[in-house]
This record gives sequence, structure tokens and C-alpha cells, in this order.
Amino acid sequence: MSRISKADRQLQLQREEAGDHLYANRVRVYPKSVHGPVRRFKWAVLIVCLGIYYLLPWLRWHRGVNQPDQAVLLSIWHERFYFFNLEFWPQDIYYLTGLLIMAAITLFLVTSVLGRVWCGYTCPQTVWTDLFMWIERRIEGDRNERMKRDAEPLSFDAIWRKGLKHAAWLGIAFWTGGAWIMYYVDAPTVTMEFWAGTASSEVYFFTFLFTATTYLLAGWAREQVCTYMCPWPRFQSAMLDEQSVTVTYQGWRGEPRMRGRRHEEAPAGDCVDCGACVTACPTGIDIRDGIQLECINCGLCIDACNHVMERTGRPKWLITWDTLADQAAKAQGRQTTIHLLRPRTLIYMSALFVAVAVMTVALAMRSSVGLSVLHDRAPLFVRLPDGDLRNGYTVKIVNKSPDIALFELRTEHLNAASLAEADEGLGPASRLGLMVKGDSVGTFRITVAGDPEHLVNGSQDIDFILRNADTGEQTVYRSLFMGPR
Amino acid sequence: MPTKIEKDIVTGQETTGHEWDGLKELNTPLPKWWVYVLYATIVWSAVWFVLYPSVPGITGYFHGVLGYSQRTAVDDAVNAVAAQRAGTMDRIKALSFADIRKDPQLAAAADTAGRIAFANNCQPCHGAGGGGRPGYPALAAGAWIWGGTLEDIRQTITYGIRSGDEKARDSQMPRFGLDGVLKPDEIQQVADYVMTLFGDAQPGKDVSAGQKLFAENCAICHGEAGQGDREKGAPRLASRVHLYSDNRAAVVAQITSPRMGVMPAWHTRLDDATIKSLALYVHSLGGGE
Repeated sequence: MSRISKADRQLQLQREEAGDHLYANRVRVYPKSVHGPVRRFKWAVLIVCLGIYYLLPWLRWHRGVNQPDQAVLLSIWHERFYFFNLEFWPQDIYYLTGLLIMAAITLFLVTSVLGRVWCGYTCPQTVWTDLFMWIERRIEGDRNERMKRDAEPLSFDAIWRKGLKHAAWLGIAFWTGGAWIMYYVDAPTVTMEFWAGTASSEVYFFTFLFTATTYLLAGWAREQVCTYMCPWPRFQSAMLDEQSVTVTYQGWRGEPRMRGRRHEEAPAGDCVDCGACVTACPTGIDIRDGIQLECINCGLCIDACNHVMERTGRPKWLITWDTLADQAAKAQGRQTTIHLLRPRTLIYMSALFVAVAVMTVALAMRSSVGLSVLHDRAPLFVRLPDGDLRNGYTVKIVNKSPDIALFELRTEHLNAASLAEADEGLGPASRLGLMVKGDSVGTFRITVAGDPEHLVNGSQDIDFILRNADTGEQTVYRSLFMGPR
Repeated sequence: MPTKIEKDIVTGQETTGHEWDGLKELNTPLPKWWVYVLYATIVWSAVWFVLYPSVPGITGYFHGVLGYSQRTAVDDAVNAVAAQRAGTMDRIKALSFADIRKDPQLAAAADTAGRIAFANNCQPCHGAGGGGRPGYPALAAGAWIWGGTLEDIRQTITYGIRSGDEKARDSQMPRFGLDGVLKPDEIQQVADYVMTLFGDAQPGKDVSAGQKLFAENCAICHGEAGQGDREKGAPRLASRVHLYSDNRAAVVAQITSPRMGVMPAWHTRLDDATIKSLALYVHSLGGGE
């Protein structure tokens, strides 16, 4: 006895028709090579980006004796970041925050003006994928040849070509992983150690880790990273508006699209429906469907289409860089102008300006002396036999200069203050002379005894004044002096 | 409840058949490799299940093929650190205090060992950083009853105070009130005088009777001027730091029926190197002599 309703049966049928649709087979993308100004520009960006990445670690920069001579070095072991003339300490980490804020706002600004050009030109995923595709074309041939070979049964020709391709990919991936390590340790040294087998296990681990990720992401995953893994395509829509310049198919000019002879018989647009834009696309989409999640705004379809337009005697730039607003106006036969300055871009620009200004001022006013004073948590204070109170502090003096320096420490706002440093046997005295080695942090346990006159609820302010005895540079740190309530 | 799978006109994609108030869900299938990654993590977890402790039982648990346990891992780590430290601790034990201080690395090691041992053993009574508590001396204040040199401190830690150890520091204060040595009004007079020793006396009050009683009964240990006597373990009274509070009632109570605190002998629980490290640390708290 069947109690299945008509609707249920229909649903069941539909599901059977749908078949294995819970998960999608990956549609292989075989991008066809293109030639043209966009492609040439993209090659130029690729060469600059990869050139910087691979060669920068080898750039030398003289800093003095016993100092690393690598221009850009993020030395985790020595807790220093060297960037040409600048040297950053771990406590300068907020510059990194500032840098990331600037990078984020710049990305927003560029995206709101020019769409996802970051994705199309400078994203490492795009750059290395482009490089790997170039190798693939050199070894396996262009789109049609590759598709044909992949469809045929495995042959010797296919095996050696694929083998060579993967070997080349792995070689570049290895070079990439190795170059990554060189930003963290001295490049010539680590190269020698690496091949001598004496480098640290971290060096080998991270080299092979980045070799593996480069090979997998640029060789195998490719557009899947952009479509499924990367969050950027998901929130790019928040930065784009109708005034953003993006890769655009001019539908008003191209439609109705028609193939070959039919074109002459009926009124038709410029699009000859040759599919050149689709086969050129590295993410395998049809730009004529409009702006979409998968589009990385690289513009290779522009080159592909221009080529066809030229051959068929039509005006170039059927696919072009344009805004949605401009396209809507052109479809109605009006001319508009592109609005680069609009509330969105102005807000991004002013935010960027503020971030740059703040960071520049902070960088320019960086002191070569740092002082921090940490009051002991326990005991908060000690009553001495003569009735005075004593507080303990941990004083850290940062000497960013390369030479040993003598610092003079004293306090203000505490009556009859006397300072002492137990480890070196300094004091008690009203001021202490503390030596700190060059390029390091001196940590001192300082006790301050005195007769606090202004205690409110058991504490009062006390200023620690540190003076570099040689340069006279002075830093003040305000702390607390505690006593009974 | 899925109702009708249909094709979406705008995207050309099928819907899942789910509909909420007219909103239809597009069926955008995940790529297969994504599913395979999920399967790989499941396989990974299965392998983990076999290799590491996983299945609980009634009396125990499955220990895993590798036999890993966090407890043994901690023990191994602790033993490894102890082995690493052995040389340093041996040197601390062998060298004199002066020699330890000459070697900055050794001094730093002793300071760390002392700080940790202090937190584990001494802090409950003496307070963090030797700040003291009512009835327990403030080691950072420098108001030593038994002496504040490194050797004094080491001696005190090793054998304790009134600890029952035969080498313990020991002192007894007579129970002037309970045993009837002084009458209650005499105790009040002595207390009035003692209060003048550290400046909290009532102005204009005649304390000569108390002073006389003090000279007869107390000065033999505490000194004529209340300066104390470390040989006898008699606290200095002319000080702003007092073990058992400095108000008048506390002074009267102490004379009537003295509290005499006990500190354990630590040589039964701590090794020599640790005690030496402790002495160095306590000495460095600010009261060292």
C-alpha cells in the first residue's frame, strides 16, 4: 500500500534526476594564452613582484660591526626587524598594526575605485598561478593541445611532459619556500647551511612547508582558492559600487550576440559569440554574465576580445574597464564621467591619510631610549623600622643605540626619596647611575624609600626621570608610590 | 520540508526545494575535493584515536598505541629540567655566598630558584615578596629578630625558630601577667613606656614608673633603649615595625601572655642548594644586611 503523495513522488523523481548534485565535480579550467596590452602589463607586474620577492633577501645593507648586513631581515631569534635604515624592536609591534591598517584601507580604496585589481594582479595566489600556467603552456602547449592530451589515453608523450611540468613546478615552489626563509635568517648563511645539512630543523620544516603550499595552491588548487577558500570575494561587494571601474562586457553594444553568417541577416550586436573571453579566463567564467564572485578583474578577456574585434573589423574594447553607472548611461546613449571622488573613496582616503600621518609622526619621533617602570605587585609597600615606606619597582631601560650607555635615574614628587639597586649594590642615593649595554634592554630591581606626603587612598604619583648621561636625552615615566590607606 | 526543486531564472541554478516565506535557497554544491578534505580529517581522527589515549572504560581507559600520557610527559619534562639544573645547583651548594654573587649567571639561577622555592614554601606565612602578615615577620623590612646577614638567614631557614630541632633558634619571653611577675597596673605602666619608644605615646604623660619597671624586667633582653638583642632573639622595640601589631592593646597582651611564633626547620624538606638560594633571595628582598 502506497501512501506517498503526488508531491512527494514528484520530489523523489526530481532528486533522482538531480543525481549526484550534492557535491560538484571540479570543472577543469584550461586558460588559453592571450597577447595584448593587458597581458603585457600583467607580465610586468608579475616580474616586478617576483623579482622583489626572490631577490630582496640578497640585498646587503651595511649597519656596522656585528650587525646583520641584510637589508630586510625579520630576525625572530634576535627579536629584531631590520628594514634598510630602520630597526624595530618587539615593543615597536604597533608599527606592524599601523602597517596592516594602512594596507587594509589601501585595499578598500583601490577596490572601491578599480575593483579587485589586487586579486587580478598582485595577489600571490594569482602571481604564482600565472607563473605556473606559463610553465604549463611552455611544456604541455596551449589550451587545445592540453585538452586533447588530457582526453586521450595516457601516452609516453603525456607522461614525460607532465613529469617535466611537475618537476619544474616543484623546483619553483622550492625556490619560493627557500626565499621565504631568507627573510628570517641571513640569506647567504642559510643557503650554505641548508645545502651543508647544518641548518636548523625549523629552516628545513618551513622551507618544505612553503614548497608544498606553493606547489599545491599554484599548481593544483588555482582558481579554487579564489572561489572557495578566500574570504575576499565574499566581502568585496561591500566595497564595490556603481562607480567602481571593473572589467565590463558592454552588453548594450554586444547584444544580441550572434555567430558567423547569421550576423548579417538580423540586427545584431558586436559580440560574435566566439567564446574567446571564456577560454582566456583563468577562473573559467563568462564575463558577459556581468560582475561575479569568481571574477578576479585581471582583464585577460579584454585582450582576447580585442584580438577578435580587430580580426572581424569591429571597434575594439567590447570588453573594457568601466563602471556600472557609465554602462547604464551608455546603453541609453548618454555620456557620463567617471566619479573617482565620491563619499566612499573620500572616506577611505581620509582614513588612509590619518593612518599614514599618525604612523609617520610616530616613526619620526621614535626615541632611542625607552623606559618602563613596573610597580611590584606584592608587597605593595614595606614599612621600614625608621617609619619610612619603601616600594619596589622593576625598571626596564631600552638602549637602542649600538654603544653601551650610562643612564641616570631619579624620582620626583616623593619626599626624601632614596633609590637603591640591590644586585649591583647601588645606593641608597637620590640618583642612581645605571649602565645598559648597546642594543639591549637593561632590567633593574629598584627600591625607592621615602616619606610620602600626598597619599590619597593609599597611593600617590611618582615620576621616574631617566637621563642619558652622554646625550642628555631625557624620558619620564609616571608610576605610583603606595602606602597604607 | 523541501517542496519543489526548480530552476532559478536569474542564475540558471537549481534550488534546494526549501522555501521560507517565498525565499528560495539556491543549491550551490561544494566542490568534491572539499568533501575529500573532510574525509581526510575523519581518517586523521581515526588514526589519532588508535595512537593516543581515547576510549574511556569503567576502571581505566585505552592508552593508545604510542602509550602517551600527559602525566608522564610532565614528569619527563620536570626530570629533564632537574637534570639540566643539576650542575648549577651543585655549584650553588659548593660555592660560598660571595662566590655565587661573583658569577652573574649563577646568581641569576640562584635568584630564580630562590624565588620559586619562596613562593612554594614561605609565601603562605611571610607573604609574596616577603611583605609579611600580622604575626609573621616582614622579611623585606629589615627588622630582623635573629639577624639579616646571608649566614643568619640561612641558619634560620635551615633549623627554624622554636621548631623543636636541636639547633633551632629559641627564645622565651616570660609570661609577666599570667605568672604574676607584674601586676596588671604595672603592665599598663610598662606599656605606656614602651609606646614612647616608637613615638606613639600620649604627650605629657608621666612614664617614669613604667621606665623603671622596664629597666628592671625587660631591659636585660630588649636593651635599655629597647634596641633589642639578636643574640637572645629579643625584638627591637624602638622601631616602627612590630611583629604583633603596635597598638597599645597588643603591647599589653604581649606582656601579659606573650605570643611566640614558630617557624619550621626546612632542612628536612629542602636541600642545601635550595636553602642557599632561598637565603640569597630573601636577602635581596630589601632587608638584607
